Amino acid sequence: MSVPLTLLGLLEREPSHGYDLKRDYDAFFGRGKPLPFGQVYSTLSRLARDGKVVISDVAPGSGPDRKRYIITDVGATEVEQWLTQPVDPEPHLQTVLFAKVVLALMLDRPAAEYLDTQRSAHLHRMRELTEIKRAGSLVDALLADHGLYHLEADLRWIEMTGARLDALRKEVRP
Amino acid sequence: MSVVIEARDVEFSFGQTPALRGASVAVEAGEILAVMGPSGSGKSTLLHCLAGILVPDSGEILFDGARVHAMAETERSSLRRDRFGFVFQFGQLVPELTAVENVALPLLLSGVHRKQALPRAGAWFARLGLDGLEQRRSGELSGGQAQRVALARGLVAEPQVLFADEPTGALDSLTGEQVMDLLVGAAREQGTTVILVTHEPRIAAYADREVMVRDGRVNAPDRIAS
Repeated sequence: MSVPLTLLGLLEREPSHGYDLKRDYDAFFGRGKPLPFGQVYSTLSRLARDGKVVISDVAPGSGPDRKRYIITDVGATEVEQWLTQPVDPEPHLQTVLFAKVVLALMLDRPAAEYLDTQRSAHLHRMRELTEIKRAGSLVDALLADHGLYHLEADLRWIEMTGARLDALRKEVRP
Repeated sequence: MSVVIEARDVEFSFGQTPALRGASVAVEAGEILAVMGPSGSGKSTLLHCLAGILVPDSGEILFDGARVHAMAETERSSLRRDRFGFVFQFGQLVPELTAVENVALPLLLSGVHRKQALPRAGAWFARLGLDGLEQRRSGELSGGQAQRVALARGLVAEPQVLFADEPTGALDSLTGEQVMDLLVGAAREQGTTVILVTHEPRIAAYADREVMVRDGRVNAPDRIAS
């Protein structure tokens, strides 16, 4: 999750104070990991320095001055580019799990058991995410689904690898 | 929790082809267990043995202390009718009957009078979001609606154990998950034990625990502490 780009995106919606940005970030993107106020303001300062936001007005009050931020054309262009570019697909072939399986076979260790343990751990996490999905809001459900589909893809890989261990063993232990 | 149903060292062959080679699994009362495994691993055969549909060549099936494997067919038939519920992947509804009559079927077969059976069956329609579909026939229902009707039929007699064999296998992802959500919610509410056969991890994730069937044997992973 890119905090600067997400805050910029929230500012494209409407000019906002740092407090409001933090509140919306935490509500939609924080998922139990609130953004510290310090990070909000340091990020906004950097965005202002880089010309991506400007401060429109300062509302004095009993607490610290409340600055209102507005996105600039430069900032809006960056948001547009970010939204339209696909995320780099992860290089799954270099995962830790792949390395473990190959090493286990090289070292004549029980790779199938390692895969079983990994499957069980994945399913355990999937149960947790499913519970979040059942109990939570639609936003929670969509985020949980994102995790679930990725874990499911890993599990498919685990199944396929499990079925090919004998062949893989011959290749890595010639 | 106490074990309600159990397979002990069960072997079963289709002719010369072994399907189960010493499969053992124990399911606790109120537990939702996912039985996973690749095609042809024996997971559906295990479910059919547990449910008293198939009789093992050797080994034991115990339900609530009773020796299911040693029962006569009539006894097993009563057990299936009165204590077990079933949801399968395809073609479960009787096309000549309305949806509410389909749901009422297990009650009618158990001797409950039609006047009591139909209202009990009807109560499930609101519960599963099927309001207004009571008089439809299976051909007039979508796949998801038909599967919810089948789920209601599986649960209407308040069975101790619900056997579900790939209950979402014919549905798209979203509809399948809606059916699972309803299945799990209703089973928890009734305290029904569920044995769910699936090859889909996302469906298995609705269960409390999973076991893997591979080459006719059950591999139960160590439980991971929450």
